[in-house]
Parts: sequence; structure tokens; C-alpha cells
Amino acid sequence: MNDIVKDYFPLVVFIAVAVVIALPLMIAPFVIAYKKPDPEKLSAYECGFNAFDDARMKFDVRFYLVAILFIIFDLEVSFLFPWAVAFGDVGVFGFWSMMVFLAVLTIGFIYEWKKGALEWD
Amino acid sequence: MIAAVFFYLFASICVASAFMVIAARNPVHSVLFLILTFVNAAGLFVLMGAEFLAMILVVVYVGAVAVLFLFVVMMLDVDFVELRQGVLNYLPIGALVGLVVLVELLLVLGGWAIGENVTAAITAPIPPAADVSNTAALGALLYTRYVYFFQAAGVVLLVAMIGAIVLTLRHKPYVRRQSIAEQNARSKASQLSVKQVRSGEGLSQGLQ
Amino acid sequence: MNQALQFPALQALYPEILLVVGAMALLMLGVFRGDRSTGAVNGFAVLLLVAAGILVCLQDGTASAFHGSFVSDPFARFLKVVALIGSAVTIVLATEFLSAPHRQRYEFAILIMLATAGMMVLISATDLIALYLGLELMSLSLYVIAALDRDSLRSTEAGLKYFVLGALSSGMLLYGSSLVYGFTGTVEFAGIAKAAQNGGLGLTFGLVFLFAGLCFKVSAVPFHMWTPDVYEGAPTPVTAFFASAPKVAAMSVFVRASMTAFPGIAEQWQQIIVFVSIASMVLGGFAGIGQTNIKRLMAYSSIGNMGYALIGLAAGSPDGVQSVLIYVSLYVAMTLGMFACIIAMRRADGPVEKIADLAGLARTKPAMAFFLAMLLFSLAGVPPLAGFFGKFYVFLAAMKAGLYTLAILGVLASVVAAYYYLAIVKIMYFDEPATPFEPMRGELKTVLAVSGLFVLLFFVYPAPLVEAAAAAAKSLF
Repeated sequence: MNDIVKDYFPLVVFIAVAVVIALPLMIAPFVIAYKKPDPEKLSAYECGFNAFDDARMKFDVRFYLVAILFIIFDLEVSFLFPWAVAFGDVGVFGFWSMMVFLAVLTIGFIYEWKKGALEWD
Repeated sequence: MIAAVFFYLFASICVASAFMVIAARNPVHSVLFLILTFVNAAGLFVLMGAEFLAMILVVVYVGAVAVLFLFVVMMLDVDFVELRQGVLNYLPIGALVGLVVLVELLLVLGGWAIGENVTAAITAPIPPAADVSNTAALGALLYTRYVYFFQAAGVVLLVAMIGAIVLTLRHKPYVRRQSIAEQNARSKASQLSVKQVRSGEGLSQGLQ
Repeated sequence: MNQALQFPALQALYPEILLVVGAMALLMLGVFRGDRSTGAVNGFAVLLLVAAGILVCLQDGTASAFHGSFVSDPFARFLKVVALIGSAVTIVLATEFLSAPHRQRYEFAILIMLATAGMMVLISATDLIALYLGLELMSLSLYVIAALDRDSLRSTEAGLKYFVLGALSSGMLLYGSSLVYGFTGTVEFAGIAKAAQNGGLGLTFGLVFLFAGLCFKVSAVPFHMWTPDVYEGAPTPVTAFFASAPKVAAMSVFVRASMTAFPGIAEQWQQIIVFVSIASMVLGGFAGIGQTNIKRLMAYSSIGNMGYALIGLAAGSPDGVQSVLIYVSLYVAMTLGMFACIIAMRRADGPVEKIADLAGLARTKPAMAFFLAMLLFSLAGVPPLAGFFGKFYVFLAAMKAGLYTLAILGVLASVVAAYYYLAIVKIMYFDEPATPFEPMRGELKTVLAVSGLFVLLFFVYPAPLVEAAAAAAKSLF
């Protein structure tokens, strides 16, 4: 287990440095900043009017479609990593097994392209 | 020793931020806490030597799924303040269910007894961790011995793709699209014709 | 590692491969020819499903592939054929639904084919990973086709409800599987059976969660809540599909997991099954009475019917498994006929689905009324129709296994359920006729006639089905 900690030691140092620099900068204002709270300072202000409604508005469902297609191909690519690492071991069969997997998803990709899911309008 | 320190660090942040996912008032904050949970879970995976899973957790869950969650939170357009008003009514039942699951988990942990021939039952060869990296060990099995599951997963992804398109894709009928193939196929001969216009006769004839 | 490099023998998987490759080819056909190819895609899909059925029938013996993750035995083949028939008939039933200009979607048939491939993986699954992947392949396609009519609020609501609750049940199933794996150290059913001879608390919890997930898929009682809403909201041909093939697949994996993975702790899962079975029968019987919508009624009917099928599983004997198989196949035959009638319930201004709309059907459409009445009598379990034999074998198996209370409660519940089936017959034959329906389309007539005649004449020559079921049941023991 210690091996792993050793492997990731630079990362640990990096995060520690980041924390050491960032945290005091975040905490310091709480301690030393000049404070004079007033409810009006926090009130919503839109050109002299109170806010009409919530700032949140509906997203178009197309964003969702793009995101889900991205996830699918993200997963597909993540399957490629172990394959590439073990490429020498898996042999011809492993090679073709990945090709079939990619072919199945390429069919999906052709469908998606031809259907126009990659176009915005 | 140092690994134990990191374990407790990751585990405590993981549990605390998981709690904040359901306790945060703002749903966007919930998603951000969810990301923190994923990152710490990835840290736990690293401590266990499952580096590939840790990286996949970061790439897929933090990078993609959490973004999708943000979209969904944005898309739903639910008034979350109003939604939370019922929470107190559901709290007793929710707490009861949680309690039951907790008791069950404790019972399971209390009665933890692994079968005698468990090690014999493991069928796939497990290479010693020192010889081969986690990713290579996965790769050596996933595409050959477990090819069936691998291909089935591919078909599941295909269904997900078809499903997402079937349910959400809508083309607006009035949008005029560019057809690049058609544009490229146009040639000078088909698009351009040179007409001789005689002087003094106007343009009314000969240009139709 | 050398043995891993050999190409596996795929003969056992030809039907599944045919379906998946065929579905992808049809997807390409559809996407390049556009929505007007819907009819052609549907036709090819039916042909491919039939071809897969023939390939399944051509196999014999017991063949397993992929280190025992996939098995093709008589049990699997029997149920695969039933599921394939259910899927193929569903596509036929959907012809009219898909012919409306705004509903021309070739993806319907493709998703049905992929769902069927998932069912076949599920039916042949002999380990927990294959079980989960098959289940997800099936369910994911089902969620999508439930919401296929996406401009209809009810259809999208049905899809969303089914998806959310289905995801929850998948979660429970996975949690259970991980507990089972943790306590036995293997995901293969045979290995689990070996390691689980003595049981143990942790294993029992795993079993409970696993069964909860499976109960959801067969819509057995504490996990039935989604059924009426989804059945009512989904387009009718989709409901016909939900009520037939997926139930077969889920029931098959239920039986196979119980019999081959947990034979050592049979008395523990038997308790669960007995409870679930009684609860489903009783709820299916009583809750169906007040329904006015025929699709909701069919939902409660399917909950009740799954309860009867589970009686056979509770018996835990070869007789019991045989009775489950007979029950499920007869149930599919009756359900498809019922839905052919429900799809035919349309007037000039669109489809109707109130039970009251059937009033006086005997006078406006005597043939349809006759076959529908036969199907209803059969669902009620009136001898000598097919439904009676289904119940008879189930109860017989329960009696042989000494589950007298269960059998008696089953008979009582079927009397209650008979009330609402017979009430429909009464409405059709004795009430004043409502506005007559549009003429029935040819393919609906064919399905209804085949299903009706099968139900009517099953008692003349039941041997092939009964013997096939017996042979199939034997392969599990």
C-alpha cells in the first residue's frame, strides 16, 4: 500500500501546496476584512426594480442530447485504455473483439450522424 | 500508516460531502458536492490499487456525468424551495427506511462469514499486483475471457444512443440546412450559363 | 493465458447474434431510407425474429459458452421461443399504430429486437453479470419505447415513471448481487450454489435484494406500483409488449436463479416467493374490480397472473418449474389475443380504452366478442379453456410440494379475479350496444383468431406444450 502512496507523492505535494496557498487567502478576509452588514447590500437589484423572477431558466433539451452522446463515446474511449495497455497480451482475438465493439458503436455513430443529432438546428 | 491517514482523510470527506449532496439548499451546490464525493472515492480506489477505476471515476463521473446532472438540474426548472417544503413530512419515513437499511448493514457486517471455498470459486486468474499494473490486468481479461460481457456492454451503449436520439431529437421544420455535398457537387457547367445579349433589344427575351 | 486467446465457440449464440446484427442492419436501412421505410423495417424485423426462433429450435442438447456465462439448454430454448413469439406478434400488432404519419418511426421495431436480444441473454444467463447486462439491455429498450409517443403527455409520463422505478430496482438488484458476490466469492450460479450450501445472514440479505429487483421486473406485489400507470400511459402496442415477452424473460431468470444458484437455501427464498405470490394474486384480484380502463385492468390482471406463475416457483420442484413454463406460455398467448382486441377498440374519432365502450359488442361484432369472451373465460380459469390448464398445473405442483394454503388461497383469489373478467363478458353480451368500432384490421383479426383458437382448442392436444415444458424443466435439475 505504501508503494502507491509513493507513486502519487508528487500529486500529494502538489495538492498540499495548493491548499496551503489557497486556504489562508480564503480564510484571511473572514478575519481581517472590514465588516458592516446591511440587508440592502444583499438585496437583488435590477436597474432600480426588484428581481421579477428566478434567474434559473429551462435549458434546451438539446444540451442534454449532446451531453449524453458525449458520455457514451467517453465510455467507449475508456474501454480502449486497458486494451491499449494489454495489447501485446490479448492477441488476435483481443484485437478483433475490440474491433467488433467499435463496429457496434460506429453503427450507432452513423445513425446519429445521418439522423442529424450532431447538428444544432 | 500514511496510507491509513489518507484513507481516513478521503473517507471522511467522502461521507461528509455525500451528506452535503442531500443537505445543500441549492441543487447546483449539491452537484458540486457530488463531484467532491466522486473525487474522494477515486482517491479511495487509488489507495486500494485500483488505479484504472479511479481514473475512470474522474474522467467519466466527474467529467461527464456530473455535467449531465448539472444540465438536468437546470433543465428541470423546478422551484427547489417549494420542493423542499415537503421534506419534513417525508423525513420520518425516510429516516425509518434509512434506519432499516443501517440495521441490515450492521447485521450483515456482524454476520460476515465468507464461505469456505471462496478462493477456490474465483475462476479468473488474478495476477499478483506486483507483477502487472491494474490496467494491464484488466485489459488481459476484459477483451478475451469476458468478451461476452464486453460486447453486451457495447450493445447496451448502442441502445442508449438510439434511445437518447429517439426521445429528444427534434428538428425544427423551418430551419434551412446547408448541404455541403450538394454544394461541392455543383459545377460551373450546371450553374452558370453565358448568354449573348444583343445590344438595343433589352433583356426581356433570351434570358429565360 | 493461452487458452484465453482461442476464439470461443459461438454456435450456441447464433440466434442472439442474428438478432443484434439484424437490428443494426435494419437501423442502417432505416436511417438511410428515412421514416418511410418503417413498414419494410417492421417486416424484416418480424422475419428476423422468426428466423431467430427457428435457429433456437434447431439447437439441441445443452451447450454453454464463454466460460459458463451463457447456456443454451431446453429450459432456455423453450422460453426463448415464447419470448420471440411475443416480440414478433407485438410488431405485427403495432403495424397500425406505426402507420400514422407522425408516428412513422422505424426505431420501434429495432428497439424491440434489441430488447428481445436482451431477453435472450437474460434467459440464458448463468451468472450475475450476464443477468445484469441482459436485464439492462432489455429494460433500457423498454424505457425508450414506453415514451415512444413523445408528444403524448401520458406516454412520456409512463416512460419517466418506468425509468425512475426501473433504475431503483436495478440498483437493488446490483446491491444484492454485490452482497451475494461478497459472501460467495463468485458470480457464477453454479459456484454460488456450491458456496451457499449453508446459507448465512449476509447471503440472505443479498438474496432478498436480488429478488426485490427481479420482483420489480415481473411486477409482483410489493414492487408492482409502476405497472398500472405504465400500462395505461404507454401506447397500446407497447403495453402489449410489456405484458408479454419481458415478463417471460424476467420470470425465466427468476426461476433459473432460484433453482440453480440458491438450491441450498431453498426454504429461505421459498418464504419470499410464497408471500409475493399470495400478495400478487390477492391484489391482482381485488384491485382489478374497480377499474374502468381496460389497459389498467390488464395491468392488474398481469400482476395477478405473475402471482399464479410464482406459485409454481414456490413449489421448487421439477413439476413446479414445468407448471411455471406452461403458465407463462399460455399467459402470453392469452395476453396477445386480449391486446389484439384492445388495439381494435377504435372509433372514427380515435382509439378508446374504457371497458364501457365494449358494451353490446356481441351485437355489433359477434366474432370479436366471441373470441374476446373465450379469452376472458380462459383468463378467469374456466375449464376446458387453456387458462384452466395453466392454473391446474400450478396448483397441482403446489399441492405435491405440500403448499396447501398457498394453493387454496390461489383458488380463492382466482374466484375474485373471475368476477371482473366475467363482468366484461356481461357488458359485451347483455348491455345496450354503444357506437360500433371501426372494422378490425387483418393482422389484428389473425392474431385474435390464432390466440382464440389456441385457447379454445388447447385441451384437444396439450401434449406438445406440456412435454416440451417437462423436458425444459428437467434441464434445470
